[in-house]
Amino acid sequence: MAEIRVENVRKAFGEFVAVQDSTFTVADGEFLALLGPSGCGKTTTLRMIAGLELPTSGKILLDGEDVTFNRARDRDIAFVFQLFALYPHMNVRRNIGFPLVAQGVPRAEIRTRVEETARLLQIDHILDKPVSGLAGGDRQRVALGRAIVRRPKCFLMDEPLGTLDTEFRDVMVRELRELHNRIRATTIYVTHDQLEAMAMADRIAVMNHGVIEQFGTPQEIYSRPASLFVADFIGSPSMNFIDFSAGIASGAQSVRIGEAEVGVPQLREDVAPSGLVLGVRPEDVSIDDDAPLRGAVYESEYLGTTQIVAVEFGATLVKARVPATRSFRPGEPVGMRFDAARLSLFRRDGGKAIRTALHDGGAHG
Amino acid sequence: MSANTAHSVVEPSATTKRVATVLVVLYAVITMIPLAWIFSTSFKSPPDSISYPPKILFEPTLEGYCNLFTSRSRQTQEYLDSLPPPQGVCEEIARERQMVVVSPSKFWPRFLNSLVIAFGSTFLAVFLGVLSAYGFSRFKVPLADDLLFFILSTRMMPPIAVAIPIYLMYRELGLTDTALGMILLYTAVNVSLAVWLLKGFIDEIPREYEEAALIDGYTRMQAFFKVVLPQATTGIAATAIFCLIFAWNEYAFAVLLTSGSAQTAPPFIPTIIGEGGLDWPAVGAGTTIFLVPILVFTVLLRRHLLRGITFGAVRK
Repeated sequence: MAEIRVENVRKAFGEFVAVQDSTFTVADGEFLALLGPSGCGKTTTLRMIAGLELPTSGKILLDGEDVTFNRARDRDIAFVFQLFALYPHMNVRRNIGFPLVAQGVPRAEIRTRVEETARLLQIDHILDKPVSGLAGGDRQRVALGRAIVRRPKCFLMDEPLGTLDTEFRDVMVRELRELHNRIRATTIYVTHDQLEAMAMADRIAVMNHGVIEQFGTPQEIYSRPASLFVADFIGSPSMNFIDFSAGIASGAQSVRIGEAEVGVPQLREDVAPSGLVLGVRPEDVSIDDDAPLRGAVYESEYLGTTQIVAVEFGATLVKARVPATRSFRPGEPVGMRFDAARLSLFRRDGGKAIRTALHDGGAHG
Repeated sequence: MSANTAHSVVEPSATTKRVATVLVVLYAVITMIPLAWIFSTSFKSPPDSISYPPKILFEPTLEGYCNLFTSRSRQTQEYLDSLPPPQGVCEEIARERQMVVVSPSKFWPRFLNSLVIAFGSTFLAVFLGVLSAYGFSRFKVPLADDLLFFILSTRMMPPIAVAIPIYLMYRELGLTDTALGMILLYTAVNVSLAVWLLKGFIDEIPREYEEAALIDGYTRMQAFFKVVLPQATTGIAATAIFCLIFAWNEYAFAVLLTSGSAQTAPPFIPTIIGEGGLDWPAVGAGTTIFLVPILVFTVLLRRHLLRGITFGAVRK
């Protein structure tokens, strides 16, 4: 059990900067998801914490101790690899016991601890099988077993569910979260799947191009995205973006888009006239024939209890998640209303969120 | 094939398979004929071995093997009559030819030399090869490509092209006609092949295995021995066979650099021809015995050898 602190860590491979001056802290017992598209630096960050890569600059602290230059084996951390990396020439029992052999744990104790772990993960029936014939889920459990058998300070997981099929993933997501609730070990979990991150993590760090764009709870990340990238990456369908140009004074509670006045959370900063983006989640759009924002239905996608209606609004398509009770024909003129308290405003240039009553904290809020 | 029969685009048709089988069998037979001839010659008597037309059916005798393993001398009838009755098969055969066995021949020590030198150099070449291949595969080696090319370039000319410099160098170093000298020489020739072959195999082993071992609390050296080596066995076996075949069969350097105590079997076998007429059965016997170790080694590792040969043909 430990607190992990990453301080100004930067990693460059030649000209390419994989991770740019990242700083964050994972509290003891916390489950952090590092979320981002492939190539964003999340795996590199994880490997630096594990000791498999050396940062170009910056510090990594485990429980306050600087471990930046410690070898992986001296850090007391467990790592679950994307492809599990089960040793193919050993059976399940030896795979799980392998870290204990390194520590010189007596044979009898290895046996009891391996069996204990196997029971916890419900794989005690396959202990003596070779790993090559195992199904994906069992491999996953063996990899987890090898990680927890040591009772390490923390767990690092690199897209451990990436190779499982969707159905099984849901099962494993639940199991992983339950396991975390039971053993309460500090965990960093790398994924590109927002649903996994949302379902499991206590907090999420969203990364893009080597930069942590936002660090916060799943709720904060979803409802108060700190940048255009985060807003776009999280949520399906993703947030609607409406471009407009304006200058707004602090304290304003509405913006003018085309002909219409749209209510927004009260602004907390002055914005000089420039290109801005209004962000609105599909579920915060309601369709109301009397509403001032006029558009025409482009298409609708039926999802059972709800439907996603795409409305042509100026040059953009605004998607609305509305009850499936009413049906829409393409081309039908409709009006839209946005939930004023839940809108986000971004600068077009740089994509940063503008501070409002909703967005008060900034990137690490 | 009728129109409604499902057929695969990948699987060859039955006719193709049959033709292929016939061709393979034919090729196998043709390549086996010389070996079969050597094997049968080893059991012929000297007159049978040079009879014309050649004999397919003959009365087998161990004379070839006896001649291979013993030195004999011709004696007068009176002397032979004065001797006690012959002991053992070889003595009997010698008496019939009016000879007595004087001493064991040098074949057995030469054969042992071959074993020591071939297996010794194979072990060294594979050992050095696997270490350098791992280094090239996993670490950032300065000028790695140039070094690898340099290693490969040692194979670009026939080794015998450097025979004279090596001969002079060995004479200065006192390595001529020593087992150590031959082991070093064959290792030097084979190590480039070993590095290249093994690098390919080790590149295919995912790094995650070692990284997992590093995190599980092992040093890199331990990870190498406990995780990488067990998975490289196929590559190691295939490489070992290639190295062994070269070292075992090598003739030119063996002739040039060994004459006495370190002489290997390949230069020794032809010298049998010179001793008292063309003793083809003895040559056949020597060759047959010479084939045995490589045959055993190859059969033991054939599964790996096949993968070694097809290596690189199928990539993910």
